Amino acid sequence: MMVETLQQLLPGFLLPYLDQALQLGAGYFGPVVWQNLLTGVWAVIKVMLVIAPLLLVVAYTTYAERKVIGAIQVRIGPNRVGPLGLIQPLADGLKVMLKEVVIPAKADRAVFLLAPVFAFAPALVAWAVIPFNEFLIVANVNAGLLFVMAVTSISVYGIILAGWASNSKYAFLGAMRSAAQMISYEVAMGLSLVVVMMISSSLNLVDIVKSQDQGLFAGMGLKFLSWNWLSLWPMFVVYLVSIFAECNRAPFDLAEGESEIVGYHVEYSGMAFAVFQLAEYSAMLLGSTLVALLFLGGWLSPVGFLPDSILWLFGKIFALLVVFFWARSTFPRYRYDQVMRLGWKVFIPVCLTWLTVVGVWMMSPWNIWK
Amino acid sequence: MEFKTLVFFFLAAILVFASLRVVTLRNPVHAALNLVLAFFSASGLWVLLQAEFLAIALILVYVGAVMVLFLFVVMLLDINLDRLREGFWSYLPLGAIVALLIVAEMSLVLYARFSSVQESVAGQADASFSNAKAVGRLLFTDYVYPFELASVVLLVGVVAAVALTLRGKRKSKAVSPSEQVFVKAADRVRIVKMAAESSQDEPAGPAV
Amino acid sequence: MGSMKEIFNSLLLKELFKGMAVTGRHIFARKITVQYPEERTPQSPRFRGLHALRRYPNGEERCIACKLCEAVCPAMAITIESAERDDGSRRTTRYDIDFNKCIYCGFCEEACPVDAIVETRVFEYHGESRDELYYTKDMLLAVGDRYEAQIAEDRECDAKYR
Repeated sequence: MMVETLQQLLPGFLLPYLDQALQLGAGYFGPVVWQNLLTGVWAVIKVMLVIAPLLLVVAYTTYAERKVIGAIQVRIGPNRVGPLGLIQPLADGLKVMLKEVVIPAKADRAVFLLAPVFAFAPALVAWAVIPFNEFLIVANVNAGLLFVMAVTSISVYGIILAGWASNSKYAFLGAMRSAAQMISYEVAMGLSLVVVMMISSSLNLVDIVKSQDQGLFAGMGLKFLSWNWLSLWPMFVVYLVSIFAECNRAPFDLAEGESEIVGYHVEYSGMAFAVFQLAEYSAMLLGSTLVALLFLGGWLSPVGFLPDSILWLFGKIFALLVVFFWARSTFPRYRYDQVMRLGWKVFIPVCLTWLTVVGVWMMSPWNIWK
Repeated sequence: MEFKTLVFFFLAAILVFASLRVVTLRNPVHAALNLVLAFFSASGLWVLLQAEFLAIALILVYVGAVMVLFLFVVMLLDINLDRLREGFWSYLPLGAIVALLIVAEMSLVLYARFSSVQESVAGQADASFSNAKAVGRLLFTDYVYPFELASVVLLVGVVAAVALTLRGKRKSKAVSPSEQVFVKAADRVRIVKMAAESSQDEPAGPAV
Repeated sequence: MGSMKEIFNSLLLKELFKGMAVTGRHIFARKITVQYPEERTPQSPRFRGLHALRRYPNGEERCIACKLCEAVCPAMAITIESAERDDGSRRTTRYDIDFNKCIYCGFCEEACPVDAIVETRVFEYHGESRDELYYTKDMLLAVGDRYEAQIAEDRECDAKYR
């Protein structure tokens, strides 16, 4: 894989050198070991190529959030650190790294420090199966969508363990609240994904995106109308809102309602707290990417006369992130019982109804997803 | 030794270690966490067998949902470990005998399969082979009755849970959000047009 | 029929979009932020900031140690001790204001019969410890000397309302 990609990417005059290097390596290690070594190295490089920009983007997501919310509140937002405040995320990072991580006296030290990792890791692991276009993907797994769901369902451990290990009543109550919220919305999320799987008859994210490239409107050149968001509008809404709830974002940010309610991470400070924040933002990024892939046609271009490109995907992700910020500065925070009511009494019935509707629709002669 | 075998032994060792820790650790929360680790290792083993659908379902269902609820319960229980450990040694022989019996039965049942299963039988499917599709086809053709039966049992469980916890209508005066969201401004405020009063009726100036 | 319309509206998220339209309109609105060190909001001549002790044009300090300000101070931030000076007039030997206590109510300024203690427009003073915010007579006089022009101008503006 690595060799083919390099051969495509490198300019022509470098190719002989590449071949020489490859032959040199093969001669030194033996062809079999060399091949395995190349595969291993290539895997590591691919992971780094995804993770490193991801962390940078996560850092700048915080900056974008502050700028967008500032603009909505008719303020300017950060503009002091560097030109336009562009160095602000780095300054923030430096600040939290220099702060002390206070561990409560009777806390369970090991679990206390493990919890942020549990919260952060899933949001990174899930990127292993996220395709950026048909070929740019770390691991093209058949059950990619299931993998994402399974991995993101683990992040709830970070919350529970943080609440428990802090050995504080408030943190524990906050953890119960947030964990119950996440589990509840996972059900609605899973059900809405079932519908997506049904109409694309695949669990593979690449196939799901490709399946949105066909249909009546796609033939007319209005490709954006054949994406899943229109035909599955209720599911799109349910999934988007569930992502909000999953990420503990406003208006479902009961975990961290600055002004009125304490969350699972009250006892955390310094870098340990920052990791929770990173987890929130990377989960948000992952959620936006999933919505873009599943409902907004991923890297597909919205109109027929423009080529498909990875830039479309980035644009859609950014637009969805802005929706996250926009919603945060628009909607008031839900009360806890209302959050639960929305999840169980509204979303799940809506999902089940639409599941049946789509099932019947697919079996009928008017099936549009063939 | 093949790389795959190495991975197998690595995962198996973690699985055995974690399972042992589940029953030996004093702290129930740590024990539950070790159970999570055991689930992960087991699902890793299933991935090695190319049963990626089952492996992911194991994590999704057991790690993502069941163990979370389990952790809730364990964290909220005030477990007195000393009382639990009372008579541990006196019951050990009995427990050991039961455990040995189970192992013996399991191996009797499974041994025939174990000896005959070769890796080639499990099938080296090509990359496009969809595990989920195969499982789904089996579930909805050959095993459709057991599958439906299982879902009915689960449904009964749901109904039973609701029936056990439902205590009739609450007598509180709590607001109902489903009614609240349908309220419009027009339902609450009545705007009345009135003729303007003449300025002579008003007091001469603002009270100081 | 009405309830069908409600359900349809809530499925289409009509209300949510309305709300987002309201906030969305402000994204590109002109920002009202005053970028403080470079830009400042206008101040009133009655602005109540750092205190100062004034002098007469001939250099004589105004304060006659009547202790009205000390008496009126609701936060009890002012401490005054007085003694007879060599020329027989009564003057303060100590005039301290503890700015940790001061609430900038302006009563001292109101109470003063000779316009000795006044509040200036200075609000950007600071201290790294509590001691630094404890102003003595010399410091207050120095503040007065430094901002006398501005102080006199502000008193002039306000004189017709007194």
